[in-house]
Amino acid sequence: MLDFNLIPILPEIFLAFTAMGLLIVGVSGGNKSTDIICWAAVLSCLMAIFLLFGISWQRTTVLNDMFIIDQFGGFMKLIILLGMIASIALSVKYLYQEQMIRFEYPVLMLMACVGMMLMVSAHNLLGLYMALELQSLSLYVLAAFRRNSYKSAEAGTKYFVLGALSSGLILFGISLVYGFTGSINFSVIQTSLSNEGAANIGAIIGMVFLLSGLAFKISAVPFHMWTPDVYQGAPTSVTAFFAIVPKVAAFALIIRLLYEPFAPLMEQWSQIILFLSVASMTVGAFAALVQDNLKRLLAYSSIGNMGYALIGIVAGNEAGVSAVIIYLFIYMFMTAGTFGVILCLRRGGIASEKISDLGGLSLTNPALAYAMAILMFSMSGLPPLAGFFGKLFVFQAAIDGELYALAIYGVITTVIAAYYYLRIIKVMFFDDPVDTLDKDIPFARRAVIFVSVIFVLGFIIKPNLLVSSSQSAASAITAPQGLAVKKTIKEPPQAAAAGDRPSSTEAAATVTGAQDK
Amino acid sequence: MIIQALAFYLFAGILSLSALAVITARNPVHSVLFLILAFFNASGLFLLLGAEFIAMILVIVYVGAVAVLFLFVVMMLDINFSDLRKGAMQYVPVGLLIGLILLIELAVIYQTWSLDAITAAASISMANMGETTNTELIGANLYTNYVLPFQIAGLILFVAMIGAIVLTHRSRPGVKRQKVAQQYARQRDEAMEIVKVTPRTGA
Repeated sequence: MLDFNLIPILPEIFLAFTAMGLLIVGVSGGNKSTDIICWAAVLSCLMAIFLLFGISWQRTTVLNDMFIIDQFGGFMKLIILLGMIASIALSVKYLYQEQMIRFEYPVLMLMACVGMMLMVSAHNLLGLYMALELQSLSLYVLAAFRRNSYKSAEAGTKYFVLGALSSGLILFGISLVYGFTGSINFSVIQTSLSNEGAANIGAIIGMVFLLSGLAFKISAVPFHMWTPDVYQGAPTSVTAFFAIVPKVAAFALIIRLLYEPFAPLMEQWSQIILFLSVASMTVGAFAALVQDNLKRLLAYSSIGNMGYALIGIVAGNEAGVSAVIIYLFIYMFMTAGTFGVILCLRRGGIASEKISDLGGLSLTNPALAYAMAILMFSMSGLPPLAGFFGKLFVFQAAIDGELYALAIYGVITTVIAAYYYLRIIKVMFFDDPVDTLDKDIPFARRAVIFVSVIFVLGFIIKPNLLVSSSQSAASAITAPQGLAVKKTIKEPPQAAAAGDRPSSTEAAATVTGAQDK
Repeated sequence: MIIQALAFYLFAGILSLSALAVITARNPVHSVLFLILAFFNASGLFLLLGAEFIAMILVIVYVGAVAVLFLFVVMMLDINFSDLRKGAMQYVPVGLLIGLILLIELAVIYQTWSLDAITAAASISMANMGETTNTELIGANLYTNYVLPFQIAGLILFVAMIGAIVLTHRSRPGVKRQKVAQQYARQRDEAMEIVKVTPRTGA
């Protein structure tokens, strides 16, 4: 093997070894050392970011073509590590408040992080599956982390059983793809598929299975059944982690799969992604209307957000991919802040997670209420907050891809979804106050909320920072395919939006209307 | 050649029958025993394919560990399996329908399957084999070409171990443990008490 080079994989190796080292520290120090280990985990994520910047992001594959590093992967890993830092920082105090102080918590988080980073860099179906399992297994344990709560145990069990089912689907898909293309290597699959194209029905069915399994991981409808229950049952800090990080990794994986090995099948997969996107937006908008639990509400909100992000993939162009990256980045910041606020909702040492518990927050704790209001306005997509730009880029990509119907539908569901975001604001500002919250908000939580609010407010000042880097990341994933992608770009919209395509002037009018809103 | 064919039909036949018996046997212990029989026959099929290493691993891992574990679980947990099976019949039509759809789909894609696409890839790996045994080949591949998935598998097992401990381990109070240093350091005074017994008082 000529390409035995461990440099590109250095951040992952570093994190894996740190996790093991921290486990040893925990075993010898006992649960008392939990906070030290948590902060050490945050520090190691920071160091992993430095390592990530230290290595070259030139497209290289190492270890027998199993591992790829390119600009897209590097940038996605950066997002994942930032999300990890936020979610570990949010958890530390929560572990103490909820009496679930166990030093394994940050270790499992780090292992999940290693799994996610390996997912982003997978260049082989076997490596993909192994990385996915590493991540999922850590997440199952984390969901059931509060052992003495039935809800948490239920969440863990449900997640595990359905997750195992989705792993089965993925494996079956992999076996079909292997059988019909003769390889598990991404580039070989791509060449084999571009030679045969749509004639290879077996590979298409395999891809469908693979996509179904991955849709489960990003909780896209109709594979979303587990999300509300798991979000509600898992400890809130774990829910925050679930909402922030694994989705980014799964999205990165889907993008890499669709634009590298399955790029020749764009016509086929764009229909699947289109369906997933429309269904997710619908369920995310309507099912959340009747929720009264904040965590459940955010679960449906995340389902809807995944739908919007999927629009960018359907668009099938470089702008689409970069829009997805921007969307995920912004979504991650908003979610981190929102969960930071939810974690602060404690009365008399007991966490409350009902929407009605937010009542009159503007009187009892104005700073928190305004932070939450800004985040909710941003989530609902009001300009000039960051959330608006996330949606704007995605819809613009859809317009570029001539998916007018999809863009209009996205705008409509955004408007519907705005209802429940605004309802939270209404409850905070116009309802009668309930008891005051506990005052001791830990520094880390303040910091996360502060950073996320600043990001949401300040994105408009310097959007190019994110936009240009995500564009170069997107071009890294779409450019090598070059011809294959460009050739098929013009076809999918016709197949996809064949049903009811409004005249382009009407579409443009609606979209500008949405921008004015 | 004819002996090979005979052996194949023997193994395959017993495998199918015992697989059927696994899901139809009333007694769960019998099910597990049939499962073990199925594993043995599957390893026989692997032997016929010339994959002796996988055949042995199948027996060692599945029969030696997994099936025995099943047997333990079945015997130790007092589950009434006939209760569990009650009402399972109502799902049969749905299950058959889904099975039928999958079968049709598989049949359709089997029509389009051509060996040409993969023979090229297969012939490369066969050509490299030469005189080496497949145990040697698996070992050489696992630690070189497949070192990344192999290491990730190690991490997965590591996580599984942590997870099992996190979810099940409880430190119970009042459990006596071996603490060698403390046990050696103990003096006679703290370990025993000399009691003066006065006769005929009953105390």
